[in-house]
Amino acid sequence: MTEEATPDVRGTRFRVVDGLLIAMMILPILFCIVLKVLYTPASEGVHIGGAMVFWQTEAPLMPLYISESQVNSWAVMISILALCLYLTHGLTAKANLKRQLAAEWIVEKCQGLVSSNMGGFFQEWAPFVAAIMGLSAFSSLICLVGLFSPTGDVNITFGWAILVFFLIMYYKFRGGVWNYVVGLFKPIPVFAPMNVIGEFATPVSMAFRHYGNILSGAVISALVGSALTGLSRALLGWLPGVFADMPLLRVGLPAVLSIYFDVFSGVMQAFIFAMLTMLNVAGAVPWEEWNARRKKLHQPVIQNTAA
Amino acid sequence: MELAMGIMLGLLGLGAGCAMIAGIGPGIGEGNAVAKACEAIGRQPECKSDVTSTMIMGCAIAETTGLYGLIVAILLIFVAPGIFTGILKDAVNAMK
Repeated sequence: MTEEATPDVRGTRFRVVDGLLIAMMILPILFCIVLKVLYTPASEGVHIGGAMVFWQTEAPLMPLYISESQVNSWAVMISILALCLYLTHGLTAKANLKRQLAAEWIVEKCQGLVSSNMGGFFQEWAPFVAAIMGLSAFSSLICLVGLFSPTGDVNITFGWAILVFFLIMYYKFRGGVWNYVVGLFKPIPVFAPMNVIGEFATPVSMAFRHYGNILSGAVISALVGSALTGLSRALLGWLPGVFADMPLLRVGLPAVLSIYFDVFSGVMQAFIFAMLTMLNVAGAVPWEEWNARRKKLHQPVIQNTAA
Repeated sequence: MELAMGIMLGLLGLGAGCAMIAGIGPGIGEGNAVAKACEAIGRQPECKSDVTSTMIMGCAIAETTGLYGLIVAILLIFVAPGIFTGILKDAVNAMK
């Protein structure tokens, strides 16, 4: 085994690349904040609504919108990419950087989660599950810097849920399409419509669960903020000068609510979305039919070693 | 026209309030789940972390029905008035 070249951690080149990666993490978020400040109309009061539309064009079926949620989710994706590159920058066998330990911890946790919930056959799914969890968590946490959470837009969560739906259907069809269609008519043929609705209910419920949790937090925060603004106008309106217009009572309480609604709920929903992805996909595989088909085709039988 | 608009908006608000009755079910269900989880932790304190994570997972799934009600209410408050106002105006213009 040859000795790997140790990267020069103190060298200028290493530090410059580090700086560039950190800039790549922060700049997309700053870009989104600037875009939001430029596009927000000057108005008083608290606005509760969906994502702002930055740009729209005519398309064959319906107008094509480039909205705040799309821009923010691309910014989050670029930031996560830069974070991953930063954590894996300068990997060595001896782990002489602290960030390598963090990266290894994340990878180990994800692989442990996937193998304990899905079984050994799905070990390659760890990157996908980690990607969906990280994207969802950081998309929800982006509202801490005052931006619109992409997960508070039903289109984004529905996109992820449809992706998961296709994966589920792929594994359900592994046992043969005919077997799957027959399975819809069990236990009695009268149940067929309900079974079909049940198939489509999975992505709908996953999408609405995530979207509803994030959106309800945002709406409640906005309502509490506007209520406190009105209260401080009524109570502190006698203060001289500029203090009369300042919503002084809004200091503090919304931050406490934000810890629950934004941080806890966002991370929790990311975990639940990833967990449901794993459970639905792993539960969709018809092992007996699939292995029977593989025996006919003279392929080795798959054993999903449960953890 | 104004009367019809007022009745429409009032009924939309009432409908949104009625939709949030759906919040009762998850409230009772999650309360039961947390009570049972507390019992389980009291009986076997060593598996506290397992019980807690399973309970939070179950609570989040039980919340879904309540969230459906919430989404209907939000649609009724923020989305439906725009659509129904347009329909009402079209109807009034057609009658003229």
